[in-house]
Amino acid sequence: MADKTELKYTAAHEWILVDGTTATVGITDYAADKLGDVVFVELPEVGSTVASGTVVGEIESTKSVGELFAPVDGTVLEANEAVVDSPELVNSDPFGEGWLIKVTFETLPELLSFDEYAALVAE
Amino acid sequence: MPFSFAERHIGTDSLAQLEMLSAVGYDTVERLVDAAVPTSIHALPVAASTIPAPATERDALKELRTLADRNTVRRSMIGLGYYDTITPAVIKRNVLENPSWYTAYTPYQPEISQGRLEALINFQTMVSDLTGMTTANASMLDEGTAVVEGMLLARRASKSTSAVFLVDSDALPQTKALLANRSAAVGIEIVELPLASTEPSALPEAFGVFVQYPGASGTVWDPTSTISAVKNAGGLAVVAADLLALTLIKAPGELGADVAVGTSQRLGVPMGFGGPHAGYMAVRKGLERQLPGRLVGVSQDSDGHPAYRLSLQVREQHIRREKATSNICTAQVLLAVMASMYAVYHGPDGLKRIAQRIHLSAQVFAQDAAAAGFTVETQTFFDTVRVSAPGRAADIVENARQSNINLYLVDENTIGVSFDEVSSVDGQLGLAEAFGFTSRTAFSILTSSLPVELERQSEYLTHPVFNTHRSETAMMRYLKYLADKDYALDRGMIPLGSCTMKLNAATEMESITWPEFAGLHPFAPEADVEGYLTLIEQLQNWLAEVTGYDSVSLQPNAGSQGELAGLLAIRGYHHWRGDQHRTVCLIPSSAHGTNAASAVLAGMKVVVVATDDLGNVDIADLHAKIAEHADVLAALMITYPSTHGVYEHEVVAICDAVHDAGGQVYVDGANLNAVLGYARFGEFGGDVSHLNLHKTFCIPHGGGGPGVGPVAAKAHLAPFLPGHPMAQRDLLAHRGDLLASGGDESAGGHAAMPAHHNIVSAAPYGSPSILPISWAYVRMMGSEGLKAATGAAVLAANYVAVRLREHYPVLYAGDNGLVAHECILDLRPLTAATGVTVDDVAKRLVDYGFHAPTMSFPVAGTLMVEPTESEDLPEIDRFIDAMIAIKKEADAVAAGRWPADDNPLHNAPHTAQSVIVGEWDHAYSREEAVYPVSSLIRGKYWPPVRRIDNAYGDRNLVCACPPIEAFAE
Repeated sequence: MADKTELKYTAAHEWILVDGTTATVGITDYAADKLGDVVFVELPEVGSTVASGTVVGEIESTKSVGELFAPVDGTVLEANEAVVDSPELVNSDPFGEGWLIKVTFETLPELLSFDEYAALVAE
Repeated sequence: MPFSFAERHIGTDSLAQLEMLSAVGYDTVERLVDAAVPTSIHALPVAASTIPAPATERDALKELRTLADRNTVRRSMIGLGYYDTITPAVIKRNVLENPSWYTAYTPYQPEISQGRLEALINFQTMVSDLTGMTTANASMLDEGTAVVEGMLLARRASKSTSAVFLVDSDALPQTKALLANRSAAVGIEIVELPLASTEPSALPEAFGVFVQYPGASGTVWDPTSTISAVKNAGGLAVVAADLLALTLIKAPGELGADVAVGTSQRLGVPMGFGGPHAGYMAVRKGLERQLPGRLVGVSQDSDGHPAYRLSLQVREQHIRREKATSNICTAQVLLAVMASMYAVYHGPDGLKRIAQRIHLSAQVFAQDAAAAGFTVETQTFFDTVRVSAPGRAADIVENARQSNINLYLVDENTIGVSFDEVSSVDGQLGLAEAFGFTSRTAFSILTSSLPVELERQSEYLTHPVFNTHRSETAMMRYLKYLADKDYALDRGMIPLGSCTMKLNAATEMESITWPEFAGLHPFAPEADVEGYLTLIEQLQNWLAEVTGYDSVSLQPNAGSQGELAGLLAIRGYHHWRGDQHRTVCLIPSSAHGTNAASAVLAGMKVVVVATDDLGNVDIADLHAKIAEHADVLAALMITYPSTHGVYEHEVVAICDAVHDAGGQVYVDGANLNAVLGYARFGEFGGDVSHLNLHKTFCIPHGGGGPGVGPVAAKAHLAPFLPGHPMAQRDLLAHRGDLLASGGDESAGGHAAMPAHHNIVSAAPYGSPSILPISWAYVRMMGSEGLKAATGAAVLAANYVAVRLREHYPVLYAGDNGLVAHECILDLRPLTAATGVTVDDVAKRLVDYGFHAPTMSFPVAGTLMVEPTESEDLPEIDRFIDAMIAIKKEADAVAAGRWPADDNPLHNAPHTAQSVIVGEWDHAYSREEAVYPVSSLIRGKYWPPVRRIDNAYGDRNLVCACPPIEAFAE
C-alpha cells in the first residue's frame, strides 16, 4: 500500500501515484466508503488513449454507479484484472490491491496534494 | 339504504375520521384539506360536469356490459404482433383474477416477494432459452418499445461512430412508426432497407441493425450473413423474434444477434385490444449491464440459502437519473407471470405442439389457396402468409368479415392471413369460403414450409419447472405455493410512499376478462370496437375534467411513457413555433429519477434546480437557472404535491416564472391522488401532465405492472399528443386547433404531421383491457366520491404523522404544518444514536406483518409512508403501534440491553426455520423474534427467506432458474 501523503489526488476522489511517466490510478478510501460494496468494475482497454477529465470506466456498488475519470492525457499501460475479477478489492484495499489503471503520460496536469484533498473531503 | 361504493372504497367511516381529525386538530376533513392545500390553487367550480352521479356496483357493471355488447369479437387473423391465444383457465383464475398476484407491489422488498420473483425468473429463463441469449430481463412494456430500447442499447454499446440504424422494411408497421418517432428526438437516423434482398456487403455503415423474425409479411429468412456484416463493421444486431416460432426455428442467439426483443402476448395473454402484455428483451454475454428495466437475479440470504432479488437496479433512473440506461420503470409483471406460467403448464413439448399445429394450419391454407389459383407471396413462413388477389383484396376481407373472421388488408391487391392457437383449433371453414374455395388439403401430406437450414436443433425449457406441473392439480398448487410466499394487499397494508397502494375493487376488475374486452385485436375494424372507443373517450373526458386540461391520450402504457409523451409534445410545440433551440429542461433535485431519464430521451438537456431545506423548489435558484437559460428554456418538470409529500405554497409563482421565460410547465401527476377534487393542474399553471392510473385510478400494481400513464394537456399542446398509424379513430380533443393559428408551416399543424406523430406505444390506445378498471372507479365514485377519497387519504397521512412524530421526526411539512397524502419519517437520528438502520426497521416490519414503507426515497435514511384512503383505522393503528414498538426495540439496543449486532432488528426478518432449527443462542427470545405482538399468534405472515445479500447477487450475476440442487438443505 502506497503512502497516502505522497500521492496526488483529484476532486473526483481518485489518487494518482506518479512514477516517472507512469501514473497508477485508484479511488480513495473516502470514495470507496461512500460507494459502499463495490460489485462491478469496468476498465478501459490496455493500449487505448485517454483524455484527462473524460470517463474511461465505471465502478458499480450496491448503492450507485461511479465513473472513473482519466486524470491525465495518455495511453493505458495496464488495467487491474484482479479488481475486475474481485471488485471487493476496491473496498478492502483501495490504495493497494484495489488500484485500477496505469497510464503513461507526457505532461502531468495540476493535481491536488494530500493536504488539499484532505481539506476537500473535510468540507 | 345500502352502502355506496365510496363507503366500500374508503376504509375509514365518519366515526373513525372524527377520531383521526381530533388527533390532527381539525373538525372536518374539508377544513383539514383546505388548510393543507394553498388557497391560490383551490379548484374552480365546474359548470357542467361530464362525470355522472355515482353508480352502484351493480349498475356500473350493467353499463360496462352495455359497452361490451357494442364490441364484436370475431376470429382474429390479422397478426402483426397480436395473436389469439387460449389462456389456461387455471392461470386465469389463479393469477389474473387472484388478488395475491394482482395486488402485489414491485418486488423491491425481496424477502416478501419470493413467489413472484421465482415466477419472473421462470419468465427470464423461458425467454433466454427460446431466444438462445444469455440473459433476459423481467419484461418490457410491449414489442414496439422493446425494439426502441434495443436500438438505444445498440447505440450505447456500439463502438461505431455512425448515427445510422438499419431497419428491415418487413418490420411491423407500428414498430417502424415508433422507431421513426423515437429516433428523431435523440438524433438517430433510420435507414429502411429490404434486408432479405440486400447484399450484406452493400449495407451502409451503421451502429446497429433491426431484423423482424419472422417478418411482418410472415416471411422467414436467414439473416445470419446480414447480422455478421453489420457486426463486423462495429454495429450490433437487434432481432425481434416470435417466441412460439422459436420452438421450430433457430434462435436469434444462434443467428448471431446481440439483442433479442419481442412480446410474450401469444403465450396465454389475451389480446385485449392492444394490451397490456409483457414485452421482453434478452442480450448476449457481456451486455447484461446494458439491459434496461428490471432483472431478477439469484443471491443468498443471511443463512446462506438461495434467494431471489432484483439485480443491477443502481443502473436505473432512481439512481442514475439522466445517465440511466432507460426511462422505463414499471414493467408488465402480471402479464410476464401469466406468460411464464403458460410455459410452465405446457412445457417444451406442449409449446412445440401448439406451434406445429399453427404452422400446419398456415400450410394447409397456403396450399389450398395456391391450388385454387391464388398466388401465395410468402414462400417460407411460420404462421402468416400474404396472398395476392389483384383488385379483389377488399372484397375478400369483407367476405371473411361476414364469416366472423378479420383478415389484414395489406393493400388493394394483397391480404395477410395469420394463424394462431385458436384458429388452428377452430379449423378453416369460413376462411376458405371467403376466398371462394373449399379446404381439401390433409395435414398428413404436408412438409414444412420453413427453411431447412433454420430448423431448430437446440433444446429449450429443460429446467424441471417447465417439466413438472403438467396436471391441473400440480399447476394450481404451484401457483398457490408461490403466492403464499408473497405479501400483497390481500394480507395487509402496503404503506409505500409515492406508490399509492389503494384498493383494487373486485367490481372494477370484473369486466377485464370478458371476451368483448379481452378478445379484440388492436387493429380490428372500427365498427367492431365502438364500445371500447366510447369507453376510452368517456374516460379521457373525465380525466381531462378532474385535471383541468383540454385533451387526454390514454396511449402511454406506463408513467415513464406518459412523461416522454408529454415532453415530446412540448418539443413538438416549440418546433412548430420555430423554437428548435429550446431544449433545456429544468428538474428539481427532489424529482423522481424518471423525469430526468425521460427528458434525455425527448432530446432535452437536464438542468437541476436546487431544493431548499423545507423540501420545496429553491425559488432563488429557479430564477437564476431560468435567467441563465431563458433563451433555450423548453420546460420545467415539477411534481405536485412534491415528491416530499408537501403542497408547495409557491407553485403558481413557479409556473408563472417559467411561462414568462417562454417555457412550458410539465406537472408530474404521480401524486394526483392528493389533489383530486381540490385542485387542478391545468388551472394552476400546468401545460401538460401524465397521470398514473395504476396509482390514483385503481389499476392494480400487478407486482410491478401493468401501468397506464395517460398524458393530459392544454389545447395548444393537443396536436402534439401521441398519434398512431393504425388507430381506428383519433379520439383526442382539440387536435386541429393549431392549423388555424399559424406557426411554422414547415413544422406543420396536426393535419400535416405523419400519422405516427409522437407515437409512444405499440398499440393505438395503449393497454385498453385494463381501462374498464379506472372507468368503473370514476363511474362508481362520482366527483364527490373522488374528492372524499382525497380527503380520507390526506387525513390518514396527517394522522400517521401526528401519532409518530414524537417517535420519529417527520421531515417536511407545508402550510399549517400539514403534510399531503404521505409523510417522511426521518430515521437518521435513530441510526446515529443506535446504529439501527432504515433496512433494519423495514425488515423488522416484516416480522410484525407489514410491507415496509418506501425506503430512502426521496431522502436517504428515511421511510416514506402513504396509508391511502382505503385502509381502515384499526389497520393504520396496527402499523403505528408496530412502528412505536420497533422504536422501543431500537432504544433497547441503544441502552445496551441487546448487542448492536445481535438484536431482533439487526437479524430481521425471522423465518420459521431460523427460530426452530438448532440451538437458540441470541440475546433475545424466540417469541420476541417472531411474535413481538400477541395478535400475530393467531395469524402471521412468515417470510420464506431471511435478509438477502445484495452485494453477493450483483457480484455473482445469475438470472436464470438455479438447478434444483441449489435448494437442497
